[in-house]
Amino acid sequence: MNRRDFLKNTARVIGGLTLPLTAFKIINPGELLASTGDKTKVRWVFLVDTYKCVGCGMCVRACKLENDIPYDAKVTRTWVERYVITKDGKTHADSPMGARDGFTTSKIDLGIDGYENVKKEDIDKGFFVPKLCNQCENPPCVQVCPVGATYQTEDGIVLVDRSWCIGCGYCIMGCPYGVRFFHPVYHTAEKCTFCYHRITKGMKTACVDACPFGARQIGNIKDPNDPVTKIIMTERVGILKEEYGTKPQVYYVGLDREVK
Amino acid sequence: MMVHGELWTAKELFVYPNEYIYWSIQIVMYPFMTGLVAGAFVLSSLYHVFGIKQLKEMARFALVFSFALLFVAPLPIVLHLQHPFKGINVFMTPHFTSAIAAFGIVFFTYGAIVASELWFLYRKHFVEVALPLKEKQDKTIGEWLKFFIFCTLTLGVYDISEETLKRDHKAIKVLAGIGIPVACFLHGYAGFIFGSVKANALWMTPLMPVIFIMSAIVSGIALCMLTYIVTMEIRKFLASRKMTPTQRFQSKEDLKGVEVSVVRMTAKYLLFFMVFAISLELLDLIFRGYTAVKSWDVLRSVIYGRDFTDIFILQYTIGNLIPLILFLVPGLTIRRTIVGVILVLFGVFMMRWNVVIGGQAFSLSFAGYMHYHMPIIPHDWETFKEGLFGAVSVFILPFVLFWVIAKVFPVFDLKESH
Repeated sequence: MNRRDFLKNTARVIGGLTLPLTAFKIINPGELLASTGDKTKVRWVFLVDTYKCVGCGMCVRACKLENDIPYDAKVTRTWVERYVITKDGKTHADSPMGARDGFTTSKIDLGIDGYENVKKEDIDKGFFVPKLCNQCENPPCVQVCPVGATYQTEDGIVLVDRSWCIGCGYCIMGCPYGVRFFHPVYHTAEKCTFCYHRITKGMKTACVDACPFGARQIGNIKDPNDPVTKIIMTERVGILKEEYGTKPQVYYVGLDREVK
Repeated sequence: MMVHGELWTAKELFVYPNEYIYWSIQIVMYPFMTGLVAGAFVLSSLYHVFGIKQLKEMARFALVFSFALLFVAPLPIVLHLQHPFKGINVFMTPHFTSAIAAFGIVFFTYGAIVASELWFLYRKHFVEVALPLKEKQDKTIGEWLKFFIFCTLTLGVYDISEETLKRDHKAIKVLAGIGIPVACFLHGYAGFIFGSVKANALWMTPLMPVIFIMSAIVSGIALCMLTYIVTMEIRKFLASRKMTPTQRFQSKEDLKGVEVSVVRMTAKYLLFFMVFAISLELLDLIFRGYTAVKSWDVLRSVIYGRDFTDIFILQYTIGNLIPLILFLVPGLTIRRTIVGVILVLFGVFMMRWNVVIGGQAFSLSFAGYMHYHMPIIPHDWETFKEGLFGAVSVFILPFVLFWVIAKVFPVFDLKESH
């Protein structure tokens, strides 16, 4: 083979290899689905009415059972925080076991420092704040995943591919809300998915169904007739940690400045 | 059921339920080890690129040592991964918005540069070992093995004429020149991994990569000096006992003279980079205090309260101030240098510790704290790899590797290759 033939053959091989690859590009299944599917008409959002929450922890229990998070493991996809603000201006907050068993004592859990007794007459205000993944519009956890094992669906939910997650923990570090953790059994990154397996079948999330007081609601912000959308659009709602630029999609009614 | 991180995390006051110290000792080791790689390489380049003649002896040594360290640099990450065997996914589907995804590319680019620079530097040596063995008629198994290794290492190039060696020298210079920015990138990006985490109030600063590079060079130079002194001491010991089989060693006094002048010269560069590193770290601290944004309350309580000993006593005083004085006092002796460089290495390690562990010492709620209790006695695989023994293993391994690699790439008594 002389040099000319060699170059010719090389060009043929490269051309032959590239053409099928370009064909794949033309019929990109993702783009095809986006143009035909109706997923673009959905953007899941969550609404929490903190006035209605009593801290019973039914949502946490329901979530753990629904999503196979070991019941006694000290991690949870959703949790409830208790805030007690006393007359001296101090904020006392806790969430024992993520409020899986509710708040069974009026003492504040201080971790290794034990419990703090807060006298009833000293309390100015107290309330409960349920927390879950904010399904951010600009999710930092997705940005930092080195292998692309965590991704955002077109209807706005951030999911984790357990088969591909290498367990580096960068996403856990990247989340300003502390919603991520390592699954105690699978040892991969784990998070709230708004019960994606349920909501995509027309059901509500396990926590929404379990809440006896209607403090939790899920809706589609792209549907103007959705009751959740109506509340978000017409009433005064807050979001958590706006300063991080993550554009969280869990909206709160009655959010207090003391909420961390 | 134990959750990852629960074993060594103690929570105080209000901490979110899912928060634990997920990044533990191995993530402290990771920037520490890559820092040593980058620092050792920069030190060797000072001679090759900028022609600082006094560092000639040190340059070859540092390059080989950097190569030994290079193999160990990814080990802490692999040990830290929950699924180490899936680690290969980073190369298969790199997700380039993530700082970690670039690791493969940066690491292999850098590895290729160091390897080719070494090849050009040692090519003549390979040929000189391989050729006589080729001619030899009845080779023993050991000689066959040696012949095979060195023959492979020559890559089929046996031309060691004056002219080609000159070209080798040029190639080394170019590679070392490219290597400096790549080494800085290798480590700067390790700093970027931390500096770009907006969720972490202590980590998020654009200064982080620069601070990391500076302290990396400091630690790399310090480790090279330490290893150099130790090897020279062994050689001096051998020379005084006349235990050397080849009698190629110089006398003890000659060696001592060489050692002191090399060490004094390198110490000057160490000082130079140390001043840079400390200034940047202090600038960061002052800036945080002055601007006092939302997170400052909790950061202040960590920096000036809970971690005061780790930061101001162990890192700044023992790791920075004391060695600075030791090196600045005129008439630097070998003994003083040994104490100095060990303290410098300790200081850089504490800096990594205070960044990685200190960054997780407070809750994302800014209303609680987490305390790290490093597992000492391992009782299972996890407490071994993410405990004291795992960290010590990672630290010892490069020295073992260096010992092996130095058999192929002799760092001393090499006849002039260029």
